[in-house]
Amino acid sequence: MRAPVSLVLGAALTGVFALAALVSLVWTPADVTALAVGERLRPPGAGTLLGTDQLGRDMASMLMAGARTSIAVALVAVGIGMGAGVPLGLWAAARRGGLVDEVLMRANDLIFAFPALVIAILITAVFGPSAVNAILAIGIFNIPVFARVARGAALTVWSAEFILAARCAGKAAARISVEHVLPNIANLLVVQGTIQFSLGILAEAGLSYVGLGAQPPTPSWGRMLAEAQTFFYSAPHLAVLPGLAIVLTVLGLNLMGDGLRDLLDPRLRRAVR
Amino acid sequence: MRAGRWGRAGLHAGGRRIHDGSPGAKGLARAAASARLAHMARYLALRFLSLALSLAVASVVIFAVIQGVPGDPAAFMLGLNAAPETVAALRAELGLEGGLGQRYIAWVAGMATGDFGISYTYRVPVSELVADRLAVSLPLAAYALILSTALALPAGMLAAARRGGPVDWGIIGATQLGIAVPNFWFAMLLVVLFAITWPVFSAGGFPGWEAGLFAGLKALTLPAVALALPQAAILARVMRSALIETLQADYIRTARAKGLSEGAAIRRHAFRNALIPVLTILGLQFSFLLAGAIIIENVFFLPGLGRLIFQGITARDLIVVQSVTMLLVFAVILVTFLVDLAYAAVDPRLRKRG
Repeated sequence: MRAPVSLVLGAALTGVFALAALVSLVWTPADVTALAVGERLRPPGAGTLLGTDQLGRDMASMLMAGARTSIAVALVAVGIGMGAGVPLGLWAAARRGGLVDEVLMRANDLIFAFPALVIAILITAVFGPSAVNAILAIGIFNIPVFARVARGAALTVWSAEFILAARCAGKAAARISVEHVLPNIANLLVVQGTIQFSLGILAEAGLSYVGLGAQPPTPSWGRMLAEAQTFFYSAPHLAVLPGLAIVLTVLGLNLMGDGLRDLLDPRLRRAVR
Repeated sequence: MRAGRWGRAGLHAGGRRIHDGSPGAKGLARAAASARLAHMARYLALRFLSLALSLAVASVVIFAVIQGVPGDPAAFMLGLNAAPETVAALRAELGLEGGLGQRYIAWVAGMATGDFGISYTYRVPVSELVADRLAVSLPLAAYALILSTALALPAGMLAAARRGGPVDWGIIGATQLGIAVPNFWFAMLLVVLFAITWPVFSAGGFPGWEAGLFAGLKALTLPAVALALPQAAILARVMRSALIETLQADYIRTARAKGLSEGAAIRRHAFRNALIPVLTILGLQFSFLLAGAIIIENVFFLPGLGRLIFQGITARDLIVVQSVTMLLVFAVILVTFLVDLAYAAVDPRLRKRG
């Protein structure tokens, strides 16, 4: 089986930023907490690879550390969504048509009805802006997404004959859900996971852009953009580089999601999306 | 045409088959009609019930979250040295007296009659503030929605008509990029290009509609473009895949077989049928536009609802935050409800979901 081009390209893009984030845990070209006002607003190439920001911090290092924040927030938010959403979806599918199913799905509709960012802003505003609250706010909205995908996919699996066999063998619904349903819907969950991951990166950038995400001195792409706004004339690279980082990461994840979908479900290949 | 559709739905719902001209066909048809009416009534009742329930739960959640904010707004407003009596008087004025349940009921009852409470900082009714801000936010959302639809539908149709070709790939690539670009960053780039490098538009602010329609629209153009781009990318993809799916239907093959060109088949037959998923996304995008506008309004310093929420948060003007959030959620729930009803009218099959 040949991997789709989009998967290779997407995985490569995502890989670069994931690697940058990982490396930043142990090494960055320069210290991101060290301020050097004399070195401020250097353009890219002059001594440093990507220049320096308004406080003289090395942009390459800031971008690497920012990747760490973005990826960590989005990853944990996807974890919350999967961790809570998938069991709920499986439960609803196991009790399909019953009261549990109905209540869970109505609750899902309700969360979908909230403009996600409005509530994220509300949560971070009430409990104070921090990376943890940003994670919670984004994570909560991932729960109904995964619950819906898991339920929908699980419903088709439940009508399969091997499920009937398992039921005849006397297995309980919970055990069937874990042993037979879950492995069969894992593909879809992985694809949805990459999509939610990219949406999480965008949401984190938005929240920290308006000052409700990670707080200084933790570097974050969104806040770097907000701070760059006053330096449009003197240092355009401050506004361009973090934005490019966001675009490339999100693009990478979306391409990877599309590629994975094509790879895992060849029937959809013609429709693309 | 229309009657035919409803009629089919009724027969379907009744689970009976009627042969015209056979004895008793009239009676059966009448029975089917009343069954159809009962079905519709049941559907509408259920939809209304779930609408009311959604609104009730949403209001409780929003109220509970805002009440969870530590601190007393009255004491916050008057400062540390305020006399307890002054604070108590202000609390009464702001409607902060009484238990949680009492205050919740007062808030909801007020909202129902258009009384959103009195702003802690501006000391004017929140409804006045909201009305002022809506004059910016609503035109902005509508402008963005029109732009994105005008851009996305032709692009999606073109891509579907040329599927697999270089035009298709170009459009798909553009939409991938459009989805990945954060709208606030795109807004920043627009400001650099069209307000600083070539100063065609202003970098922010709003002159007010008193300055004239043209001046107002000009101030909203860059924000609307920034809001519309990601929406257009999503919409174009949905349009494209819905059309491609529809083009594989048998009636399209029939239309082609009778000699219609592919373009004519798309325009006359496929387009309308592909509109259903597009309508869904348009409904959903309303909520994205509202949320996206919060950030974009902050980029362009537009005095809209989004900035009102933000100012409310920084000034601890909680009643403003609470009421405006509820208003936004209400708008989204209402739009979703209307889209659902519109579908049921267009596609009888969807009514069965209840």
